Amino acid sequence: MDNSTCPSGDVLVIGGGIHGLSTALHLARAGVRVTVLEAEYCGRHASGVNAGGVRTLGRKVEEIPLSLSSSKLWHGLADLVDDDGGFVSCGQLKLAENADELEECRKRVQQVQALGFDHELLIDREQVFEIIPSISRHVVGGIWVKDDGYALPFRTVTAFRRAAEKLGVKVMENTPALHIDQVGTHWQVKTASGTYQAEHLVVAAGAWAGQLAEQIAEPVPVRPEGLMLMVTHRVAPFCPTVLGATGRALSFKQFSNGTVVIGGKLVGSVEFAARHGEVEINRLSTSARTVTDLFPHLRHLGVNRAWAGIEAFVADDLPVIGGSGKASNLSYSFGFCSAGFQMGLGVGKRLAQEILGETSPISLAPFSIKRFANPMTNHPSVQAVDQY
Amino acid sequence: MNAEVVDVVVVGAGPAGMAGATKLASYGLNVVVLDEQSSPGGQIYRGITLAPLSRRDLLGPDYAQGNPLAQALVASSARYEKGAAVWQVTRDHRVSYLREGRMQTLQAKAILLATGAMERPFPIPGWTLPGVMTAGAGQILLKSAGLAPSEPVVLAGCGPLLYLLGWQYLRAGVEIKALVDTTHHEDYWRARRHLVAALRAWPYLRKGLQLMRSLKKACIPHYTGAEALAVEGTDAAQALTFQVGGKHERIETRCVLLHQGVVPNIQFSQSLRATHTWDEMQLCFSPLKDSWGELDVPGVFVAGDGGGIGGAQVAALQGKLAALSIAARLNVLGAPQRDKQGADLRGELNDNLRIRPFLDALYRPRDEHRVPSDDVLVCRCEEVTAGDLRSFVALGCTGPNQAKSFGRCGMGPCQGRLCGLTVTEVIADARQVPVADVGYYRIRPPIKPITLGELAGG
Repeated sequence: MDNSTCPSGDVLVIGGGIHGLSTALHLARAGVRVTVLEAEYCGRHASGVNAGGVRTLGRKVEEIPLSLSSSKLWHGLADLVDDDGGFVSCGQLKLAENADELEECRKRVQQVQALGFDHELLIDREQVFEIIPSISRHVVGGIWVKDDGYALPFRTVTAFRRAAEKLGVKVMENTPALHIDQVGTHWQVKTASGTYQAEHLVVAAGAWAGQLAEQIAEPVPVRPEGLMLMVTHRVAPFCPTVLGATGRALSFKQFSNGTVVIGGKLVGSVEFAARHGEVEINRLSTSARTVTDLFPHLRHLGVNRAWAGIEAFVADDLPVIGGSGKASNLSYSFGFCSAGFQMGLGVGKRLAQEILGETSPISLAPFSIKRFANPMTNHPSVQAVDQY
Repeated sequence: MNAEVVDVVVVGAGPAGMAGATKLASYGLNVVVLDEQSSPGGQIYRGITLAPLSRRDLLGPDYAQGNPLAQALVASSARYEKGAAVWQVTRDHRVSYLREGRMQTLQAKAILLATGAMERPFPIPGWTLPGVMTAGAGQILLKSAGLAPSEPVVLAGCGPLLYLLGWQYLRAGVEIKALVDTTHHEDYWRARRHLVAALRAWPYLRKGLQLMRSLKKACIPHYTGAEALAVEGTDAAQALTFQVGGKHERIETRCVLLHQGVVPNIQFSQSLRATHTWDEMQLCFSPLKDSWGELDVPGVFVAGDGGGIGGAQVAALQGKLAALSIAARLNVLGAPQRDKQGADLRGELNDNLRIRPFLDALYRPRDEHRVPSDDVLVCRCEEVTAGDLRSFVALGCTGPNQAKSFGRCGMGPCQGRLCGLTVTEVIADARQVPVADVGYYRIRPPIKPITLGELAGG
């Protein structure tokens, strides 16, 4: 190991995904000198290989303000990073396939509206067929958000990287953080190519963030999962919006080039040490069946590729965002439970504000890592990362 | 999903797969051969059990050599599954395949990958025009259906297959307008130092010389040292242009057959995340394997051209070597017998490999035919040019996997098979780093196409 100390500016960010880069960009816009350490290359895992959904629909209520603030940033992305990330505002629709599911949708929309948000709309079956004429007629309605859509994940991450670099952010790829430590007033991050140090440290390392938090004795009940997606050959346009379902896991969209990306919390297997997610066939079959049920005409469409990306899931299904409860000048942003791509824009901005000491009407309290500090709290799905 | 448990799955039924499976079955092991084709033979012996005698005669004695191998497989206890498209092989030896529209899965104790070679891409201006195909494709038509071009053809490039096809076309009565050979004097010079070793593999050399002599005797115009090949045409091929010694040449033709050697088909070994190394002599990636053919994925073996180009004889010998190691692993063969038989096979293997350094040096594809100029298409599925790739590098793209994300390069139906090597070499050249540092595409299932309906039915 190289023992030299590398000058790293005011803030060190571990993780070159959408969250790390978005945070770095907003800090750099305020004149902060930032270095980003990326273990492989920017957008290699969850940020770059996800399904590209830009979704406010169906967010946990705690997440709604951050998700809506992100939505605004998505609609002005080209002004922020000089590229629109391939964002298409085609709306998102969550389908109800029977009366019970429609009732569930109705309650959800009522709940959201009672909280003062009006972005989710309940629509009936005629409105669904108007939006997607080719869908199976058993569908009875759904929830519709017109300002949602999809984007191209890797292109978006690259746009953030380039915009950040233009403002002086140093991005060090192939530089995994081996150890973090607060020494005096500075944070030190050991890597194979030397030790980086800065006054403030941001841990935005996705599935690998939990290990780093553990190094400073601030454990989080988080586990890595390999989420699977598959993409088809090109097919004539038939689905002008992004689809989800109520009664079964589905994430479904047709890109402008004709390919269809199919996912929806399909868990593959993870070889955590090898940083690899593997495809599990039988689970893919389930999702293929969901798709052919909804669109029988796709039976003959070829699957071009299936893959699994590694993402961090927190026991209570909420991300960890904000300052450490254990150490000073340490912030976290990870554990987005497969729903972090859309939020990257707003969360990066909000976290940068917190680090800069600026105020915001959006509270990060529900996402604080301190919620896990009480040892009496029972988290049934806690699993040590070592198991993988 | 309930998987049928078997001892060994062999993927592919070319010389390596046939010889390996036959030997494995001889130890009483439960062997399943999954073959995409409808009869054993692989590419080199394609359709050998079905070909009428006249076609066998036309294709020559090397082709007929495949028959005993195929007959031995048929006579063995190995279960031969034709028309089986394998779409995933996992590190824990699960093999998923599609046959007659149904998804099936086998759980094996060991796997022998015998998936052979594929033709090296030949990215030159106009290579995607109708009327241009590879020599390998031309030969498949001849072997499987007895079909030959009705138009006069131009054969261009280098390598044994190109001359063999020329010889076979002569016998089939196809008019060959010209043989445009990219081999240079400097290539002969470079190959010369391997000649002594090559002479010890005299039967190979003699065959090559005979092929060349027949083409000469037929008075086919033969250009050597051709550079900067390009196909002219707007909607279809109209002419092949090139330079010889600074002089511009143009041959009118509506049918160009290109070939510049074959490279290992590494789709499965890559998808298994086995270690691969760059072979500077053969200018391709091949999987790292031990002397029996086992990868650094325990229990998974590679035999034949998929592990490095050696030709049909070498493939059959490697198939048998892998079978010995697998049989010992599954306790149906003692280590001493394995080692004794292995030593004999390795002696034979080395004799057959002596020709390779000579051939690799002589038929080394030219740089400009591997790393093309900006306007040439590299990924034909997604229409990505060499210039596009270079612009991705300027934006920070360091390897083929990012090139996918930057511009969908390699993400079309061929899964990167037709552009993988070119993409790697273009990026390495643009970054001015060794090819080994750039690496190859991560290969993801399905390796062979599968429809949503088939997947849903599984």
